Amino acid sequence: MPGPLALVIWYIGIVLEITFVVCSIARKSFFRYLFLNAYFLLELGSSAGRYFFLSRFGQASAEYTYAYFYTDALLTLALYVALISLYARVFGELRLNNFVRYAAVLLLLATALFSYAVVAQSEQRLATGFAYELSQNLYFVGLVLTYILWGAVLKLRETRTRLVQFILALGLYFSGYAASYALVNLASKYSVVSFIGPALGCLLPLMWTVTMLRHSEESRLEPARLLAVAR
Amino acid sequence: MMAALIFAVSVVTLLMFFVSYCRSLTAASSSYALSKEVRDVTGIHAFASGRDFARVMQLLQLCPERPEDRLGLRAVAYYFEILNLLQKTLARLTPSIQSWAEQERAGCANFAVVALDRRIAFSREILAQQGEL
Repeated sequence: MPGPLALVIWYIGIVLEITFVVCSIARKSFFRYLFLNAYFLLELGSSAGRYFFLSRFGQASAEYTYAYFYTDALLTLALYVALISLYARVFGELRLNNFVRYAAVLLLLATALFSYAVVAQSEQRLATGFAYELSQNLYFVGLVLTYILWGAVLKLRETRTRLVQFILALGLYFSGYAASYALVNLASKYSVVSFIGPALGCLLPLMWTVTMLRHSEESRLEPARLLAVAR
Repeated sequence: MMAALIFAVSVVTLLMFFVSYCRSLTAASSSYALSKEVRDVTGIHAFASGRDFARVMQLLQLCPERPEDRLGLRAVAYYFEILNLLQKTLARLTPSIQSWAEQERAGCANFAVVALDRRIAFSREILAQQGEL
């Protein structure tokens, strides 16, 4: 079993994910942000699945390793879809929804092909290697796409407070996760760095829940105040 | 080498998203009309200045907490510290950064005043509910 700190972070994450789904139902926004809710529901399902494999086979078992990496790849895919749904909302008024969908599918296929090409040489680890590689590459693509989406939000002078804060929270999550991933590689001898990634995982449902609670769908903000430029 | 590069780039984007997130928080409270109570308590009649931030944060601690405020206040408090650091270092060399940082500090203080106003209204609601019981 994982240590007590890892378990506490895991439980906090589960509570926050349930809170977001409950809040969006209570604020009548479940279907409006369907893909964000679907991501957290999938996260809850994968937590249940991982717990089943963990308690039945143990942390060092091949079964748990497969379950972990495949659910992780599935979750990254769901987060990618959630990000694309935010793109569709931002570009919806410009009637570019179809273009966004086709571009997203093409980018996903290209990422999957690239991931396959990277792991294709080692046949022994092809099954878990592909899931791991796809997950890592999609995180990187997600970070870049969030950065581009933020640029579009500023350019299009987006005013919807909820949408702006959802995108910024996602940007914080992606960049924090990338930093923690790099830190694990840089300072692997310090065990504390391995907890940063899971702890950051709690930040996304927390920030989205706060946004859902604080702002209604009608809340608007001045786009000029978002530009962090010293004049 | 690659990990160090990824770390540096992601820390820069993290900082950029953090600043933007804090600005979206302060921007959302910029059009809020302050109540008479909070204007009397703080002595701020129109718009707060950066100097008011610490005092308003102390006043906030006297009121019952609203769970939905906690994360925003903490984020804005960190942002305020970053702005203070900026004012003590880079802003000394560039006057435009000095005035921008001061404007941002005022935005943070205004966010705290709005949070105080909401907490006072929340306390009144709790008292009214207790009175009904």
